Amino acid sequence: MTPLWLGLVGLVLVLVSGGAMLGLAVLRRKTPPTFREIAAFQRLQDAIGRAVEDGSRLHLSLGRGGLVSPQNASALAGLSALRRLASLTSASDNPPVATAGDAGLAMLSQETLYSAHLASLVTTAFDPTTGRLTGLTPFSYAAGALPILSDENISASILLGNFGPEVGLLTEADERQGMFTLAASDSLSAQAILYASAEELLIGEELFASGAYLNAGPLHKSSLIVQDWLRWLVIVALLLGFVLKLAGVL
Amino acid sequence: MKLRGLLSTAFAIAFGLIVLLGYFLEFQPFYGLRLIFVEWAVILAGFAVLVGLGNLVTVHIKKIRAREKGGFYGLLLIFSLLMTFLAGLAWGPEHPNMVLLFRTVQFPVEASLMALLTVSLAYASVRMLRRRLNLFSVVFLGTVLVILLGTASLPLLGDVPFVGDWVRPFVSQVIAGAGARGILIGVALGTLTTGLRVLLGADRPYGGK
Repeated sequence: MTPLWLGLVGLVLVLVSGGAMLGLAVLRRKTPPTFREIAAFQRLQDAIGRAVEDGSRLHLSLGRGGLVSPQNASALAGLSALRRLASLTSASDNPPVATAGDAGLAMLSQETLYSAHLASLVTTAFDPTTGRLTGLTPFSYAAGALPILSDENISASILLGNFGPEVGLLTEADERQGMFTLAASDSLSAQAILYASAEELLIGEELFASGAYLNAGPLHKSSLIVQDWLRWLVIVALLLGFVLKLAGVL
Repeated sequence: MKLRGLLSTAFAIAFGLIVLLGYFLEFQPFYGLRLIFVEWAVILAGFAVLVGLGNLVTVHIKKIRAREKGGFYGLLLIFSLLMTFLAGLAWGPEHPNMVLLFRTVQFPVEASLMALLTVSLAYASVRMLRRRLNLFSVVFLGTVLVILLGTASLPLLGDVPFVGDWVRPFVSQVIAGAGARGILIGVALGTLTTGLRVLLGADRPYGGK
């Protein structure tokens, strides 16, 4: 059982972080923060533009992080990117197609695409099969997503979520089709595989920055600043722990 | 539509806050409510599997009707899915026949894909040097080779001394371990801010404009 004081410290940290995110989003509304350039996002913007122009589709793979599992944050980051991508490509005839290896995630991807469809005010009917469950085990998920990459006029594939080694099959298929690939995962094994096989890779927490770089809203940008502050806090805590250990206090 | 969006956002924030409080303050009523809500979420996730299977079948029926490429495989998938589903309902997942079905169909297919992945990755490693020839790529490949040399026994030579005893443990436990912890701390911070965005209603994956 967690001691009460530790729980309170954690809760205060979370509440202060939330407050800081809200405060920064309001205060810096007129002067939005600028972040370092990440080439992968610049290339993604180009790929989105090309997809709209030539009528091809974007594929977003959300991985297989279950909603009730600790890996769900990467899936939520993927859904947030999906919402933004669907808005950016709303002028195109072909909406993005999202694949997931978890049923709940597939349902949320449909809901996200439906929300984007309603917001875009297009007159065509919404196609619920644009958000798909392709398999429930890691390799069946990858195997189910492979035909989409080859048969559905996909020009760019974005892999954002929790994956395992099976992600190598998806990037291999992307490479064979000659499409642009941007990939990010919270799993270390997937990151190692993506380093070798993906055209553009986001490492570690860059996965969670996709919303800020795709201009998804002020809270996405302020959350990146708060993330930096928290990183400094962790660094100070690590150094303090190191000094206290050396001094024999810990 | 607007009301639906407002209601779903209000419910998501309220339930999220209660579960969050239940994690940090492990006493009643928060702790009990957290357990109940997480239990509900697990039940809903189980039901979502059935809905997801419906989605899978719909996609393939659409493919078969439109006589798209790979329609036959779609038919095969629906047939296998229905047969396995019915067999599972009749026998239950622990029945020897169901275990046999898993061992003789699902397991070999996934193992074959894993084997295919090994070849793909070897090819991808070579391709990486062509696409991104820099110091990091060379270090990456060098580390892979050192770890492989230190892990597997070579024909005729057996275990490689020094590499297996000293270099591999140092690289995997000290250098890679430190890097992995750094990456995981970053992921944890990203997870926190992503969760907060959902709690603040900025990200609404459950719908609403």
